Amino acid sequence: MSQKDMVSLNYRVNAEDFAKAGDASSNTKKVLKKLGIPSDITRRAAVVTYEAEMNLIIHSNGGEIIVNIDTTKIQIIARDFGPGIPDIDKAMQKGYSTASDHVREMGFGAGMGLPNMKRCSDEFEIESKKGEGTTVTSIIHIPD
Amino acid sequence: MNVRELCRSLGLNPVAGEKGMDRKVDGAYAGDLLSFVMANASKGNVWITIQAHSNIVAVACLLEMACIIVAAGVQVDGDTLEKADKEGIPILSADLDVYTLCCKLHSLGI
Repeated sequence: MSQKDMVSLNYRVNAEDFAKAGDASSNTKKVLKKLGIPSDITRRAAVVTYEAEMNLIIHSNGGEIIVNIDTTKIQIIARDFGPGIPDIDKAMQKGYSTASDHVREMGFGAGMGLPNMKRCSDEFEIESKKGEGTTVTSIIHIPD
Repeated sequence: MNVRELCRSLGLNPVAGEKGMDRKVDGAYAGDLLSFVMANASKGNVWITIQAHSNIVAVACLLEMACIIVAAGVQVDGDTLEKADKEGIPILSADLDVYTLCCKLHSLGI
């Protein structure tokens, strides 16, 4: 990849579409591997996109994941169409979840999604407006 | 040890992912909460779980785990098997419970 090259990926993620869950993150990982991104960086990006994807499926009215990759960083943006997070501080607490019993029985909704994303990111930001939607942005630096 | 040898040693039933039976086994992780698995399991691990829906294949694939053992006689969903075949992630079915499987893996030096 030359300095000015940038790879951009875009995935539409539908609410409650468990059948396709993991497709966006699996594909992102394959692209990162093909680009020769170091495996520890690829793993962190895979965790972030997986958790972002599951959040959109479980909690949102649907949304999209955008992955921008250049020579210095991987930027992962998860944007949805609502319903918004009422209390971001609570949502960031390990173990806090608003997931339904049904979703929890499937092993989701452990309250670890956002904390996992933050842990794997070098920069991490959540913007949310109740009734409008949430945008989660994660940046992972690629060392020289 | 590879997945095929592990499968034979423990008398497990391989139900999908034949393509990946030669994957090398390196350690193991047991758990059913997917975010905990994503956070803590490692490449090459054998993953023991009682979850059987298709998302387990995505998790195993993202972490490059060696295989999934679905424990306690839990029936694996058809679309899970399909996905595992496509991705080459072996799914081994076991009647034994999670604890017994962990003990057996330990006794094999895993």
